Amino acid sequence: MSTSTDTPRLKRTGFTAAAANYLDERTSISAVVKEFGRKIFPDHWSFLLGEVALYSFVVILITGTFLTFFFQASMAEVVYNGSWVPLKGIEMSSALQSTLHITFDVRGGLLVRQIHHWAALLFVASIGLHMMRIFFTGAFRKPRELNWVIGFLLFVLAIAEGFTGYSLPDDLLSGNGLRIIDGLIKGLPLVGTWISFLLFGGEFPGTAIVGRLYTLHILLLPAMVLAFIALHLVFVVVHKHTQYAGPGRTQQNVVGYPILPVYAAKAGGFFFVVFGVIVLIASLFTINPIWEYGPYDPSPVSAGTQPDWYVGFADGMLRLIPPHWEFEWLGRTWSFNIIVPVLILVIFLALAALYPFIEAWVTGDKREHHIADRPRNNATRTAIGAAGVVFYADMWAAASGDLIATHFKLSIESVTHTMQLALIFGPIIAYFVTKRICIALQKKDRSLALHGYESGRIVRLPGGEYIEVHQPISEYDRWRLVSQESYAPLMLRPDSRGRITMSQRLRAALSRWFYEDRLTPLTQTEIEAAAHHGHGDAQPELEEAGPQH
Amino acid sequence: MAQDDNGGIELAETSSTALEEHGLGDGRIGDPGTAVVLDDAPVNPGFPEHRLRITDRDPKHNRRAERTVYTLFYLSIAGSVWAIAAYLAFPIESGKISDLRLSTMLIGLGMVLALLGIGIGAIHWSKQIMADKEGIDIRHPVRGTDDTRERSIEIFEQANEESGFGRRTLIRNSLIGALVAFPLPAVVLFRGLAPQNEDPVKDLKHTMWKAGMRLTKDPTGLPIKASDVTLGSVFHVIPEGLDDTDDVLDEKAKAAVLLMRLKPEDLHVSKGRENWNYDGIVAYSKICTHVGCPVALYEQQTHHLLCPCHQSQFDITHEARVIFGPASRPLPQLPITVDDEGYLVARSDFHEPVGPSFWERNS
Repeated sequence: MSTSTDTPRLKRTGFTAAAANYLDERTSISAVVKEFGRKIFPDHWSFLLGEVALYSFVVILITGTFLTFFFQASMAEVVYNGSWVPLKGIEMSSALQSTLHITFDVRGGLLVRQIHHWAALLFVASIGLHMMRIFFTGAFRKPRELNWVIGFLLFVLAIAEGFTGYSLPDDLLSGNGLRIIDGLIKGLPLVGTWISFLLFGGEFPGTAIVGRLYTLHILLLPAMVLAFIALHLVFVVVHKHTQYAGPGRTQQNVVGYPILPVYAAKAGGFFFVVFGVIVLIASLFTINPIWEYGPYDPSPVSAGTQPDWYVGFADGMLRLIPPHWEFEWLGRTWSFNIIVPVLILVIFLALAALYPFIEAWVTGDKREHHIADRPRNNATRTAIGAAGVVFYADMWAAASGDLIATHFKLSIESVTHTMQLALIFGPIIAYFVTKRICIALQKKDRSLALHGYESGRIVRLPGGEYIEVHQPISEYDRWRLVSQESYAPLMLRPDSRGRITMSQRLRAALSRWFYEDRLTPLTQTEIEAAAHHGHGDAQPELEEAGPQH
Repeated sequence: MAQDDNGGIELAETSSTALEEHGLGDGRIGDPGTAVVLDDAPVNPGFPEHRLRITDRDPKHNRRAERTVYTLFYLSIAGSVWAIAAYLAFPIESGKISDLRLSTMLIGLGMVLALLGIGIGAIHWSKQIMADKEGIDIRHPVRGTDDTRERSIEIFEQANEESGFGRRTLIRNSLIGALVAFPLPAVVLFRGLAPQNEDPVKDLKHTMWKAGMRLTKDPTGLPIKASDVTLGSVFHVIPEGLDDTDDVLDEKAKAAVLLMRLKPEDLHVSKGRENWNYDGIVAYSKICTHVGCPVALYEQQTHHLLCPCHQSQFDITHEARVIFGPASRPLPQLPITVDDEGYLVARSDFHEPVGPSFWERNS
C-alpha cells in the first residue's frame, strides 16, 4: 500500500481527524493500525471454538466483578434472616448468607450468578473442544508447540477457577466437594496430611478455606488466566493463524478476511452472540440451587451428588478403583486408592501436554506447518486422540455411575465393573476403529480425486457391458483432497560410530507404529494419468506402502 | 515486528504476483525428517474466481440486508429497555420462588434480545454488506533473520564481556546462590497458614467421643434410649454437647456416627469387640474411609451402608468391612453401652483414626 508521506494527504479536518492526530502524536498508534488494521484471519467454523472460550471468559470477568460487590468470603457463623423463608433462623456461614442475599434480595442477582456459572461451564467446555480441534488438525506442530502448552495450562487453570468458584458459597454440595478434595490430599504419601492441614488452616473444614479459595478465585488464578491468554494471542499474531488446505492457500500465505472491517464485525458480533446465548440459558435454566441444599454440614449428604461437569473425570477416576487398594508398609499408610487415580490423571494430562513434542521427535520434521491437517490424513494421531477422548469420557461417565444405575434400573456394581473394563478396552477399540475409518476415508478421497464421483448415469457399451459414468470433480475440490502431508516409517540406520542407540530404536518403533499403515501420496503425474485414462473403471489402485527410502 | 504483512492486500490485486514470488509449492526451510517430499507433488490450482453474492448483484437484496441489520440493532435497544422495565416491574422481595423466577427470566430475556440483536446484526452486516473479497498475507519464518540472530549473539557476548558475568565466576555463583536463598523465608512464612503449635497427626487421631458420653440425635441433640432403637432402624448420631464446642463443624466432621440395630445373631463380632455393641445395637463412624463423605445410605434388608459420593459399600453384619467401591478399610466402630438411665453412651473414643486415610495413620 502507499506509504506516501506527502503532507497534503494527511491534512484532514474535523473532530475525528483532530482526535486521531492528538492521539498519534502522543502514542504512535498509527503504526499499530497500519500493522494490524488489515491483518488477515482465515475463516472456518472450527476456529470459533477458541473465540467462544475467550468470550465466555470475558463474560465471567464482567459478571464475577458484579458478584464481588455483594459476596462475603467469610465463614463466620451468622443466623440467616433474609427473604428465603425455608432457611430463616438457620445458622450458616457469612459466605452462604451473602450468596442467598444476592439470590433473593438483589434484583437480577440470581441472573448474574447463573450467567457466571453457565459461562464458567461453557468456558471449560469450549477450551476442551478447542484443544481437540487443535489436536486433530495437527495445529500444534512447529512453530506452535509452546502455544499448545500455554493452552493446556489455560485448560488446567480454567478447571481450578471452576472448582474454587464452585466451593465459595459454602453450601452442602460444595462443602462435600471440599471434603473429597481434603480426603484426596490426605491420601497423598508423605506430604498429604500437612498440605491439608495448611490448606484448611487446621482441621477440616475449619474457618479459613472459603477466604483462601476466594483470593485464588478472584486474584491469583484470573491474573494467571489473563496473562496466559495474552501470551496465547501474542503467539497467534506472531505465528499467524493456521488455515485448511484450499486452492491458492499455501504454507507461505494466509488467506482470509482483514481485521477491519470484516473480521472485527464478525468476531465482535460473535462475542455478543456468545454472551447472548449464555444469558438465554441462564435466564431459563436454574443451576446449582444452593437454597435447596442449605449450609454445609459434615453429616448429611444427598444421593446422586454430582460435581460440575469438568471435575467429573477426576471424580469418576476415584470411583473406578476396586476395593482394598490400601496397604501399610514401613509403618506408613499407602493409599493406592488415591495415589493410582491421581497418577493416572497426571500421566493422562502430561501426555496431552507433551504430545506435540513426541510427534515432532518421531517425525523429525523441522519445518513450519501452517496448513492444518484433515484428521483422516493422519490416521494414527487421530486414532490416539480418539482413544484419549474415550478414556476421558469413560472416567467422566463413571462420575455419574450411580445416576446411570438408578435411571436405567441397573445395579451399581454392574455399571462400575462395565466402566472399569471400558476404561482399559474402550480406548484400544476406539484406536483401531478410528484408524481403520481414517484410512478408509483416505481411500475414498483418493478414489474421488482420481476417478471422480459416481454420476448415477448407467451406460451400456457396444460390447454389452454396463458401466456407471464417473464425473471428474473440479480441480479446486480435488486440491483439497490431494493436498496432504505424508510420512514414511523411519529406517533404522547405524550412526557414524556404527551403533544403533536405544532412543533410535524407540523412535523407529514409534515411527513404524505411526506411519506403517498409510497410502503413498499422490503425484501430479498420477492425477493427470487418471484424468486421461477415462472414467468408469472401478477400483483405484491402493497399496499400503512399506518403508520409504 | 518480524512478521510484516502486506497489509491484507486483496487477492484480486496481488494473487498473481504473490503466488509467483513465493511459489505455490512447498518452499519451507528446515529438515523434513521422515516426511515424504515429492518432486512431482500435486499442483495447487491457485485461487478460484471470486463469486458475487446476491447482495452484490441485486441492489434490492442489498437494501433488504441493510434493513435487517438496523432492525436488529433497534431490537437490541428495545431489549435493553425491556430488561430495565422488567427490573422495575417485577419485584422479588416477597421471597416467593415464582416471583424470583419471573424476574430472573424477564430481565434475562431482555438482555438476550439486547445482546443477540447486536451480535447477529453485526455478523449479518459483515457477511451480507461488507466487501467479502478475501485478502492475503505472506508468512515469514518465525525465526529471526540471520542478521538479527547474529546481532543478538553479539549483544550477549558484549554484555558478558562488559560485565564479566562468565569470567568472574565468584560473583556469578554467589549471586545465583543468593537468588536461590532469598525466596526461602517467604516459603517458610506459609507455615502460618495453619495454627503454629498444632500437629495435624495428633488432631486426626482422636475425636471428641469419650467414655460415658451420650449418643444424641443429629441435629436435635436429644439423647437416645436403647429401647428407642427398634430393629432395622437407623439413627444419625452426634456426641452430647457438640453444639457447645468451639468448632462444631470440625468436631462433627470426625465424630458423626450411624447407629443401627440388627438381630444379635446377624452380627459377626470379632475378638475383643464382644462388648462394643449393645444387644445388637451397633455404632459406626459415618465418615467414609475413602475420602471422607458421609456414608449416609443404609439398606435395611442387606445391612449394607452405601457412600453416595463414590459408592463404597460397607457390610454392617461383618463389622463394616468393604464389599464394594474404592474404600479400603472398614468404618471404625464406636464401642457403646447404656448408662443407668437406659441411654446409649460411648464406652470410649474410637480405637483408630476415623475418616480418610493419611500417611501417618499408623505411626
